[in-house]
Order: sequence, then C-alpha cells, then structure tokens
Amino acid sequence: MSDLVTDNLNMVFDLPDGSSVHALKDVTFTLRKGEILSVLGPSGCGKTTLLNIVAGFLHPTGGSIKLGGSVIEKPGVDRGMVFQQGALFEWLTVADNVNFGLRMKNADKADTKQKVEEWLDIVGLQGFGETPTYQLSGGMQQRVALARCLINDPDLILMDEPLGALDALTREKMQSLVLKIWKETGKTIMIITHSVEEALLLGERLFVMAPRPGRLHKQYRLPFAEMGLHGDPREIKNEEDFVQTREEILAMIWNMEEEIMGKVEAA
Amino acid sequence: MFVAILYIVLVIVLVWSIVHGRKVIRTERTDAVFGNPIRTQGGYHWVACGVSSLMLVWFTFSWDAGRAFFPNAANELCQVAKLNRALNPVRSAFPLDNRHLLGTRILKRDLHQIELLSEQLGEMGLAETDREKISALISDLRQTLVLQASTEYMAPGIMGRFQDVAARIKQLARDIQSEDFPGPADETRLAEALAQPGWGESSTEIPVLPKTERGRIFDAAAEIMTGITADYSEIRNDGPDLTGRIEDIRQSIEELEAIAVQQEHKDILSDIEKISKRIDDFRVFPTQVTQGIEASLILLEQAMQDRQGSLRFIDAWALPGGNILAGNNACSEQGSGRWLPKPSDTLATFIWMADPGQGYKGFPLFWYKMKPVSEMVDFIVPDWIADLIPGEYGHHDEQGDIDYGFKDSIYNFATGDFDSFSVPVPTGHIWDSILRVLAGLFLGILLGVPLGLFMGLSRFAKGYFDPLVELYRPVPPLAWAPLILTIFGIQDDGKIFLLFMVAFAIMVISARTGATGTQLSKIHAAHSLGASNRQIIQQVILPNSLPEILTGIRISIGVCWGTLVAAEMLAGTTGIGFVENVARKQSDYEIIWMTIIVMGVLGLLFDLIMRFVIDRTIPWRGKG
Repeated sequence: MSDLVTDNLNMVFDLPDGSSVHALKDVTFTLRKGEILSVLGPSGCGKTTLLNIVAGFLHPTGGSIKLGGSVIEKPGVDRGMVFQQGALFEWLTVADNVNFGLRMKNADKADTKQKVEEWLDIVGLQGFGETPTYQLSGGMQQRVALARCLINDPDLILMDEPLGALDALTREKMQSLVLKIWKETGKTIMIITHSVEEALLLGERLFVMAPRPGRLHKQYRLPFAEMGLHGDPREIKNEEDFVQTREEILAMIWNMEEEIMGKVEAA
Repeated sequence: MFVAILYIVLVIVLVWSIVHGRKVIRTERTDAVFGNPIRTQGGYHWVACGVSSLMLVWFTFSWDAGRAFFPNAANELCQVAKLNRALNPVRSAFPLDNRHLLGTRILKRDLHQIELLSEQLGEMGLAETDREKISALISDLRQTLVLQASTEYMAPGIMGRFQDVAARIKQLARDIQSEDFPGPADETRLAEALAQPGWGESSTEIPVLPKTERGRIFDAAAEIMTGITADYSEIRNDGPDLTGRIEDIRQSIEELEAIAVQQEHKDILSDIEKISKRIDDFRVFPTQVTQGIEASLILLEQAMQDRQGSLRFIDAWALPGGNILAGNNACSEQGSGRWLPKPSDTLATFIWMADPGQGYKGFPLFWYKMKPVSEMVDFIVPDWIADLIPGEYGHHDEQGDIDYGFKDSIYNFATGDFDSFSVPVPTGHIWDSILRVLAGLFLGILLGVPLGLFMGLSRFAKGYFDPLVELYRPVPPLAWAPLILTIFGIQDDGKIFLLFMVAFAIMVISARTGATGTQLSKIHAAHSLGASNRQIIQQVILPNSLPEILTGIRISIGVCWGTLVAAEMLAGTTGIGFVENVARKQSDYEIIWMTIIVMGVLGLLFDLIMRFVIDRTIPWRGKG
C-alpha cells in the first residue's frame, strides 16, 4: 500500500508585491505502486512545484498528499530524487556520492561497500568508484545520480528533467536504463520532462499539465513503456499509435503556448 | 668578485631570454590568435628576463656593479672631487657654471637695492633738508659701488696678484698633464692610504686618501689649488680712494643717525649702512684684470678632463644618477648610490643580523631557544583543573611534614612545577611576526567561518550580524590600531586582536558567500538522501564553500601581513616592522631594504603555500 495519493492539491505563492500566483489548482490523482508516470507541460505549468511538493520541499497551501497512507511533511528517504544536472557532490568520489545516503544513516561499512559495487554495476559504472565526479561526462554523472538515489531503496523516485542536459545518443541509452531499472526494481517513478517523446516512451501514465493556474489538463494511460521493456525504443517511436499520440499532445501544448502568448499580448 | 660574476651572468641571462623569447614569439604567431589565453601559458624565459633586468637595474643604480668592477673608482673620484672642492671658490666667480661674473652679479644686485632705497626715500614724509642729505648719501653709495669697476680707482698691485693667480693655475694645468707630476710617492703616506678600509667597508663610506697613481695626481693638485684659492680669496679691490669714500659715507650715516627722530628716517639710514657694509667687501673688479684667470681655469678644466680619461666614463656608466662629494674626512656617495643600498651590502647586513648572537636590538632575527616543557604545560593547562580532582590539598601534620596527595601532583603539573626536559622553540623578530599573523588568522578562521556559514543560512543571523561586520570592516585596519593597542597593550595581545579583526571580517564574508552560493538542488538531494541539518552543513555546505573559504584565507593572510607590519611600526619591541621602524629612525638604508625584502619573500611564501593548498584541496573548483 505505498500509493501516492493527492487530493485537491493547491499551491498559491504570495509575491512580495502583494499579488499571488496560483501555481497548482485542484490537483487530484493517485499513483499506484510500481507505476511510472511522466508529467509534461509548457513552462510555468507547475510541474516542478508538484514535484517539490511530493518531495516535501514545499508544503501545499491546500489539499492533502499522502504516500503509503502517511502525509508528506518533509523530505525523506522514501522519496529519492534525481536532478537535471545530477546535483552530485563534486568534492566526493563516485563511490562516496553513491553511498552518501547510507553514510548519513551510519550504515555498516562492508555492507555499504558491497551495495555500492552492485549499484555501480547496474548503472554501468563498474570500476569508476574512485574517480572524482568532476571528471565524469554528463551521462555518467546522471548514472551516478541514479545509483545514489536508488541505493537508499526509496518507495518513489522523483526525476526532475533528468535527461534534459544530455545529448541525443546518451539520452536514448539513459531512457533504456530508466526502463530497465523500473522493470528490475518495480519502483514507482515520477518523471518530469520537456520532451514529448520521452514522456510517451517512459510514461506508463502521462499527465499533461496546463498553466495559469497550473492544473492537470489531460491524463493518458499508454502501452509504450511496457513495450519498451522488450522492444527497441526506436521502433516504438515509429509506430502509428505513438506518432498519433505525440502529434495530439504536441498540438495541445502548442495551443496552450499560443493562449499564453495571447494573454500576454492582450495584457 | 662574486658581484662581478653575478652581474655578467645576469647580462647573459637577459640577452639569452630576449633572444629565446623572440624565437618563441615566432611559433606563437602560428598557433594562436591575439586574445587567446593560451598565449599567456609557459614563458619562463620572460620570468628570467624580468628577474635579471630587475636585478641588473638594482646592481647598476645602487653602484654595486660599479664597485665590483672598479673598486678604486670611488677613491679616485674622491680625489677629483677634492680638487673641484678646492677650485670652487675661484671657479664660481667666473661665468663657467654661472651665466655672469661674480662682480656683475654683485653690481646688479646692489644697484637694484640702491634704486629701491631712493624710490623709498621719495615716498617718505621727511623734512626737505633731511631728504637732500640722504639723497646725497645714496648717490655717494652708488658711485662708490660703480667706481669699483673702473681701472682708474683700482687698488694698486691687484693686476699683478691676479696675473700671479692666473699663472699658477695655468702651471697647475700643465703639471696635471705632465708625466712626472706629482713626483715619487711618499712611502708612509701610500702605506697609510692602502691601509684604509675599502669602499663601503666602514661607516666613512669612501676612503679619502689616494690609493692609486691617478688619485695621487688629483690629491696633490687639490693641495696646490687650496693654496691658490686662499691667495685669490684675499684679493680685494680696496684702493685708498674707495676705502676713503666708504669711510666718508659711514661718518655721514653716523651724523645723520644722531639727529634722526622719525623711525622711518632711522630705518632708511640703517638700510644704507647695510649696503655700505656689503660694498665694503670690494669683490667687484674691472673685467680686464680677471680675464687671465678665466682663461687659465678653462685650461685647468681641460687638463682635468684629459687626466681623468676613462674615469669620467666609469662615473657616468657605473655610478649613474649622482656623483661623489668630498668632505673633510671622507667622501660620500650622493644620489641613487646613497639611498639605494647595494644588493651585496644588503645581503651582508642580513647575514650579519641573521647571526643569532648578533640579531637586532638584542633579539635574533630567526633562531630557536630551549624552553622547558613544564613552562608550556603551565601556559596551556588551566590551574583549576586540579580543583576538579576529588579530595583535599595536602596539609602539614604535627611533625611539620606535608602529605602531598594526587590532587597536589595534578596542581603541580598544571602550574608547571615539575622537572622536565627542554625542547627547541623558534624565536626572533621574523618568527614573532609570523606567529602573530598565524594566531590572528587562526582565531579569525575559527570564529569567522562558523558565523559566516550561519549568516549564509539564517535570515536572523544575516540581519543581526550584518550591521556589525559591515560597519567595522570598511574601516582601514590601521585606523583601529591606536584604539586596539591602547586597550589590549602594545605586546602580542593587541596586535593579534587587530589581525583577528581583519581576518574575521574577510572570513565571515567569504564563508557567507560560499554558503549562499550552494546550489539548491544539492541541498535538496542531501535532504532526500536523509541527511540531517547538521550533516547538510558538514557534508554539503562546508565542502561546497571551501573554495570561497580558502580564497578568503589567502586574502586574509595578505591583508594581515600588511596590517601587522604597520602595527609593529606603531608600537612594540619585536617583529619585522619594528626592525624597519628603528632602521628608519637611524636612516639605515641597508636594514630598511633588508626588511622590505624579507617581508616580500615571506608574503610570497605564504601565498605560494595557499595556492598549493588550494590546488590540492579543491581540484574540482570551476569544474562542478
């Protein structure tokens, strides 16, 4: 029973000049254990706010959010995070980054070491344990970030545009890695992304959010993630279904952007 | 000898580095465009070029190179200076260095003043008879002055005396040029001259007795010239006509003064008397009679130049920016050779002072002394530690024996009251300065970094402490010095506190910048990895601020070092700044330069150490 349940989440930011921004309005959804969700939307639609609330960095101004039945009040090890730039601790080696969470808990050293080896193996970084992280490429840094997050065995993995800063080739490899991890660990994953293709490919479920106020615009349930576990992602991308959904969502986001521009111009 | 070799090496290095540098520039044209930062990499030959040209300038302008290559030049130039000194009273009377003859200058000046007097007389409200008398007096004065220039009233025999002086100077010129002059050397005098301390070896600077053949010529000539000058100076244009006239004027002044009532009347009479006393010198001659001397002076000048030969070139090239002046007991360097100490002398001073037995003001520069461990224990361990031990201190019994317990042993230990071996501890002026900087810096880091991190993390701390730090920080540290030194005393406490203030402000600001500069995503990551607040500070914020903190330390060391030296100059009895301040009072240029160089080298050393530490501890800087 470690589902993520939100009920009428509202987030209003008060600005110093007295006005306020309605960043999230009446967001209600349930994410079951083991589901993989991608959240898509134009900039300013509240995706990152939603993620920060789930992570516990922000407190919603209205509504409730529960993970596994308990209310989320502050950041915790049950929700691991992966950031766009990796957010690695560059003064530490790869191994020390990966075992950071375990060190904070003062876990058994030998056990920690073994786990680090295992996870480096899984993300494909065998033998890089003693390398300083600032010497790694962007893709490798994201692998470290994934391992660092997963070693804590969180119930829910939150990814904030994790692959946004990578080149196309690395990105495809990383997408496969995310799917592989999803399959092997059975974790609940929530991915925020800018890329429609990525959202379609990785999201078993997909939320398209709309801005001003930020809200859930449309929800999809998609087969492509399941397919991606077995098939070649590049082939999936060419399937009629995939292309059709992609065009539909792109048009949707395009219209939202147009609308915002219109609003701005009208004002 | 060493200086000469070093100088030649420096010249070779300079030439090599320029030639090599030109060669490298050619490759630069092919591998980089202008503005490419790669062009600043490497280039150690230019370091060699810079260092060697700097050293060459120092060696040359301090006359150290001159002394090394021409050790006798100063002694010889001293003899030339002696001759010039003897010659000067005669020379200055003729238009050689001046534009006019001495007589012309006197005439011009006195006539102008007499003119002023008669103008003044016209404006005065004197009785007509008084005015006429004074007017007549002034006109007499003017006439007496002017008559000196006339051959008619010339004192008898002057012509002959001038001719004699001219002939003797001409003879001297011929003597200087002749091979035999000044005859065989006097053995005892030569021995005495050679026994003199060399150039710069004693406080008399340059030996005054001639050591060389060329020196002896000018020394002997100077002696002859002194006689000629004395005779010349006695010549006065005091013929009976002129002296009689002055007598008359004096008498009239006295008569008029006796009857003068008004103050301005008396004043103008006393002014007239002053001018009459000046005319009384009779230093104006008819131009014809002195022409002979001028001609022979030019001959002498020529002869001196010929005889100096290469010495004039040495003077210009090896002893630039000044000359050598002759005094009664010694000759001295005037110009850059005086205020810019020679590198070799500076080094010698340093070596002399570095001898721990010598030191400066009875305190070595940098040495060690043996100090018993017990003293240090006494200083470090607080006495009240013994009070914490359960039980009572020992007391005496009826026999007068005292039973010391464990508590007493601890007390004795804490007060350093026990036999111990001694360990060497550094001591000295330089060490004191270093210790003060390190102590101030250490305290500044110890308190400044936590406060800075706190201010970077808490709205309260930032608001509360910001006014304090920002108000005292911009005040120049030296402006605090008088106050701090008054409160804490001129010894180490005050200086360390002053340095602490300097380092503290810098450390607070750099630690704060470091803390506020931490990427939010790193903090978020640490939170969701289960780190506590304390762990986030220790494991994320502190290492993330390390680049700023280390840069802060590097800046602090530099500023502390500068402040310390100035503070030591204000007050205190040890330290490198103290040494310089005392040397300044005694105009001891060698020690001043030595302290400057020591400070420069130590400052550089501190900075190099910090750079090394920064490279080692934060290799990720700029790559995160």
